[in-house]
Amino acid sequence: MRKIWDIPGGIHPPENKHQSLTDGIGTIAMPERLILPLNQHAGAPAKPLVKPGDRVLKGQMIAEPVGFISAALHAPTSGTIDGIADQPVPHPSGMSARCIELVPDGRDEWCDHQGVGDYRAQPPTALLELIRNAGITGLGGAGFPSSVKLGPRQPIDTLVINGTECEPYITADDSLMQARAPEIIEGVNILRHILGNPETVLIGIEDNKPRAFEQLTEAAEGTGIEVVEFPTKYPSGGEKQLIQILTGKEVPSGKLPAELGIVCQNVGTTFAVYNAICRGEPLISRITTVTGQACGRNGNYEVLLGTPISHLLAHNDFDAKACTRLVMGGPMMGFTLLDPAVPVVKTTNCILAGSKAEFPPAPPAQACIRCGLCAEACPASLLPQQLYWYAQSQNHERLEAHNLFDCIECGACAYVCPSRIPLVQYYRAAKGEIRRHDAEQLKADHARQRFEFHKARLEKAEAEKAAKREARRLAAEAAQRKTATSEAPSSGPGSADDLIQAAKARAAAKKASPDEQKAKLERSVEANRNRLKIARDKLAEGRDQGLDSDAMAKLEVKVNEAALKLKTAEEKLASFDDTSPGKGDSTVADDAASRVMDRVTASRREQLETTVASLKKRIASAEQAIGAETADATIAALQSGLEKQRQKLAEAETALAGLGPDGDQKVTDPTTVDAASAAIARAQAKAAARASMTPEQKAREDLHALDQRIAKARDKAQAARAEDSEHAATLESALEKLEEKRRGLIEALGAEPEETVPERPVAESVPAPSAVEPHPVPNDDPAAAAIARAQAKAREMAAMTPEQKRRVELASLDERIAKARSKLDSALAEGSEHVEALQGALEKLENKRRSLAQQDSDGVNPEGGA
Amino acid sequence: MVFARASSPHEHSALSTRQVMQYVLLATLPGLVALTWNFGWGTVINILLASTVAVGTEAAIVALRKRPVLFYLQDCSALVTAVLLGLALPPLAPWWLTVIGTLFAIGIAKHLYGGLGFNPFNPAMVGYVVLLISFPVPMTTWITPRDLLPAGVHLPDLWQSLQIVFPILGAPGQAVDAITGATPLDAFKHHTGLLVEQIYAAEPLFSRAEIVSYGWEWVNLGFLAGGVWLIYKKVFTWHAPVAMLLGLTLMAALFYDGGSSTSGGSPIMHLLSGATMLGAFFIVTDPVTSATSARGRLVYGASIGILVYIIRVWGNYPDAVAFAVLLMNFAAPLIDNYTLPRTYGHSKARKATEKKP
Amino acid sequence: MIEIITQEPLLAALVAMVGLAVAFGAVLGFAAVKFKVEGDPIVDQIDHILPQTQCGQCGYPGCRPYAEAIANGDEINKCPPGGQATVNALADLLDVPAPELDAEDGDQSDVKKVAYIREAECIGCTKCIQACPVDAILGAAKQMHTVIASECTGCDLCVEPCPVDCIEMRPVPQTISDWQWTIPAPLGERLQGLRSADIIATDRDTGTRAA
Repeated sequence: MRKIWDIPGGIHPPENKHQSLTDGIGTIAMPERLILPLNQHAGAPAKPLVKPGDRVLKGQMIAEPVGFISAALHAPTSGTIDGIADQPVPHPSGMSARCIELVPDGRDEWCDHQGVGDYRAQPPTALLELIRNAGITGLGGAGFPSSVKLGPRQPIDTLVINGTECEPYITADDSLMQARAPEIIEGVNILRHILGNPETVLIGIEDNKPRAFEQLTEAAEGTGIEVVEFPTKYPSGGEKQLIQILTGKEVPSGKLPAELGIVCQNVGTTFAVYNAICRGEPLISRITTVTGQACGRNGNYEVLLGTPISHLLAHNDFDAKACTRLVMGGPMMGFTLLDPAVPVVKTTNCILAGSKAEFPPAPPAQACIRCGLCAEACPASLLPQQLYWYAQSQNHERLEAHNLFDCIECGACAYVCPSRIPLVQYYRAAKGEIRRHDAEQLKADHARQRFEFHKARLEKAEAEKAAKREARRLAAEAAQRKTATSEAPSSGPGSADDLIQAAKARAAAKKASPDEQKAKLERSVEANRNRLKIARDKLAEGRDQGLDSDAMAKLEVKVNEAALKLKTAEEKLASFDDTSPGKGDSTVADDAASRVMDRVTASRREQLETTVASLKKRIASAEQAIGAETADATIAALQSGLEKQRQKLAEAETALAGLGPDGDQKVTDPTTVDAASAAIARAQAKAAARASMTPEQKAREDLHALDQRIAKARDKAQAARAEDSEHAATLESALEKLEEKRRGLIEALGAEPEETVPERPVAESVPAPSAVEPHPVPNDDPAAAAIARAQAKAREMAAMTPEQKRRVELASLDERIAKARSKLDSALAEGSEHVEALQGALEKLENKRRSLAQQDSDGVNPEGGA
Repeated sequence: MVFARASSPHEHSALSTRQVMQYVLLATLPGLVALTWNFGWGTVINILLASTVAVGTEAAIVALRKRPVLFYLQDCSALVTAVLLGLALPPLAPWWLTVIGTLFAIGIAKHLYGGLGFNPFNPAMVGYVVLLISFPVPMTTWITPRDLLPAGVHLPDLWQSLQIVFPILGAPGQAVDAITGATPLDAFKHHTGLLVEQIYAAEPLFSRAEIVSYGWEWVNLGFLAGGVWLIYKKVFTWHAPVAMLLGLTLMAALFYDGGSSTSGGSPIMHLLSGATMLGAFFIVTDPVTSATSARGRLVYGASIGILVYIIRVWGNYPDAVAFAVLLMNFAAPLIDNYTLPRTYGHSKARKATEKKP
Repeated sequence: MIEIITQEPLLAALVAMVGLAVAFGAVLGFAAVKFKVEGDPIVDQIDHILPQTQCGQCGYPGCRPYAEAIANGDEINKCPPGGQATVNALADLLDVPAPELDAEDGDQSDVKKVAYIREAECIGCTKCIQACPVDAILGAAKQMHTVIASECTGCDLCVEPCPVDCIEMRPVPQTISDWQWTIPAPLGERLQGLRSADIIATDRDTGTRAA
């Protein structure tokens, strides 16, 4: 005889097992419809493999496990999938969950299946895989996937088979042990093999099941399996309690029995394992006890999973009026079902339809007198009365200190409570509350982090903005001082110094930026590299998991995208590296300073000319940018920037024109001088940092940049075409534009000065260039030509009265509006995505025109000129 | 078709709070019989009067708190308090003594703290101590046991007893003074400077006793019997009463001193005199005000036993159960903090105020 | 020595007093250094209790600033998202009586809510993105925005700025996985105002009531 240990506490409720033990295991007629919840186990819900309308065969997998702790689901009979929808499931909440509905065709046609001939020849991992694919979970209570439990990391020296079934009323395991003892023993042998032949194999049975004990003892003869009988006491069937009874060891709090080298399996699960390995049959049915006084007949049945409980009850002459509580599981730990339409699931060991005599309505709970009966009954040696006290006051700290989470919710305390306090409900609620609180705390911490990051980001942005503002302010101050001094006949050294200071400040402000830019670029390269790696990993993972082709294609596209992004980022970094080393920080500053010096010493005319030229260059580059850009938002932004630059150009030109033929002299008209000098100051400030190149060089530079961009755009377009992306068309049109521009530039470089930038509206508004050509500018210098044109135009404008000026402007605006309209029309016709941007631009133009027209009619001169 | 939702378990044992209280009431019977046999009808009158006042007070307060009156009365807890107080009061105590004690026990000690299950102090003992401090003379006026009365003097019959308790019913035909006398503990305490043997010889309370103290030994044995029956019925566990008796015995044995003139008295005298057994099985076992865990109840009971001896021998009062119990009521939460049982799966017991590991 | 003391009692007393003061001062100073409590600063503890919705309903720009304000003596009942539970926890921490929650509008329900953008109506103005204290709204200019529900703290700061009023606070629906038993109402509450005759009829559905 093996030594038996006792557990603390425990109770002896009336057993009520004989009612359902009269006959053997019965069968139930096929129901009209089977409802198969996707989550009948602990862990993640299974993923359906079938669609409504599919025909499935008996034993066919209809949902596969997702992740490690999950279980498969199989069709319990052949038939048609009717739908996958939310249905009420067996759960204390009475809520719904996703279920597969199967309409049986009555043929009960098996899919191909066969058992493993000799399981001893198979490696344990292969058998575990079979068990996983058979959807076997613990059939005793919690429904933990068996393949997980049978594959522990620790070496196992004891296998415990739980045939205790300590709850009153339930006899499912008892009847199974009586009827199928040899199969159970064979199942135990399989488990032994999987677990690496543990030294001790025990089957624990309470002494109220003498026939089952006899049967198993007989079947186990000569196998080395010990069948152990021990005194009946509730809750000795709990896994932890059974381990204590049979081995005297306690499973450490929060740990698994495997830590002690013990694995515990229910007899029903063992039988299911036998079925899966030796017969190749997945878990599609189980033994369920139907009992209670509200049922005319009591008994055990082999029930297909998914059978509605109402069907089961109808088969047993259920009297709904006599039933006060419908319980799934036993009277101690089972939960009430609100709706009998819910299906039998893998963990349904008993349906208990209790009459009023069995389950009288609970009297109102009285006050706890701390009598301590609960503490005496507790098998975990807790203090239920204290837990109740602290659960009521929601004192989570004390609840934890009183080991609330070691409560197995066996209900022994509430059973003995003379005040009829629903103690278990308090513990469940308190546990739920603590879990929720912990989750919320985690979430709050997460939110705090995010908030702090958010704050830091805003502060950084604010600081950057402030720095920029400061730099601008300094520059503006310097410019103002310059203006003030330039009114004096000779510009003193002070003003020059100021300008130099301002330029230096700006150069210093810029100085930081290349490094920052570089760092940023490097970061982006790094991030893109990571992204590419992740995408590739995912792809590999997907391949391993055998994802369907759609998903794989998507993943591949993602990888390609990531690769493309990385390439662009790397190119950017490379080009940055190429350009930046030439311009050392100090040289930039010095350059700027020397340019400013040049400016200060140069004559006004020269200054203005340079300004105009540089502005023109910027306008040209802005236009190119617009042409190359495909995103609407960016185009809009660039256009507005362009608009501003054009205004500035106009101002500068006016100023230049105002200088008159003898530009080196001081101009007589004070207002013009003011406006001009302000414009000069602004332009100078802007221009100070710009590189001074010969016009031809500039054009070549432009051409070079354009070439690069064309190459890139071609790459992009090709990639887009390859991917069949929707952006392909846009990219191609952008490419075309770039090429057109390039042609224009080449032509300009060649000879045609007026064609420098074909689309430039300003150029269009310039009258015939040859008429007023004061400078002997060589034809092959387009920038100079442009300056000349601008100068001419400026002179013209200067010669005009304000009204005339407005007229000219109005005319040019009209032209642009007309052009924009036609563009918009064509965009609309094409259904292009630029429509919105174009509309915005058109609106702006129209607004401008309106205001101009207004001025015209009012006769107000905003410039305050003559 | 929708059924009700209820949390498991769905079955309950038959024992209810009402039954627990009824068992306690029943278990007092042997002690009550012994008291009545030795001291007359006084105790019965005390109990009846106290019960009436207790139930009335409880009903009034429950009604004041706007709760269903019958629901609260059905637990019989007020009756238990009244019976215990009635047993503890001197027989033939004036009616107002009983009424004041009961009112205080139910009104102040129980309901002011929230009613059954929420009172930190044993209501009966609070009532008793309030009376003892406020009205020391009637509270220490005990009756001489029936057979020790001088010749020609008898215990008053029921009507006479009623007249003594309620003077409004007319003057009793017999003077109360004739039948009053000391209790064994009083007697022992007042004979200072004598050897234990000399005291025993001088006092008929001891000399005529079959075991140690005449009359009182049977009262205590009666309560012991009732207590053992309650343990058998699993109304409470053995821990607290056994620990208390052991604590008291141990102290008495330690300081018995061979029966010298400074002796505190023999263990058997302490066990079978005064309110020892009533306290051990009916007061110390009050679950509401005692420590919670089995270990805690051991500590709690033993401390009461030790305190009882200390106050009896070195304190001002001849008996001390009420004081000891109230003192330990104070300490119960502290004891609870350090006497949590070791939970399954834990290597050692924790403290109630322990923070998260 | 004794002679000096007896002859100059005033001086002796003075010396003794000063001596004692110095000795005790030294002991106290040593204790203060030796037994210094290295706990969380109180602000961190308060911040830990606050629900981190960063909603600003307390009048401070976030939970941490409010925690600092509480540490400096502000009222502890200004946090509607935390509800009375937070007030109680703060009262417990600071060892003061718990005041009632200072809720201006009475709808401090326990139902957790998250922001939801009706995407068809969103014009992509990014105003809500700027308002969100935890960056839980995703989107770009002129692109439809959406709320990352798992990151949303339910502070409803994004509702106000929306020019087209397309953001609403939706209660988070309860699912079968986060369903839990509730604690039955206290006995007194359940029996409140009931006459004895009513009890059996009305009070026995403890379970359903709890559900």
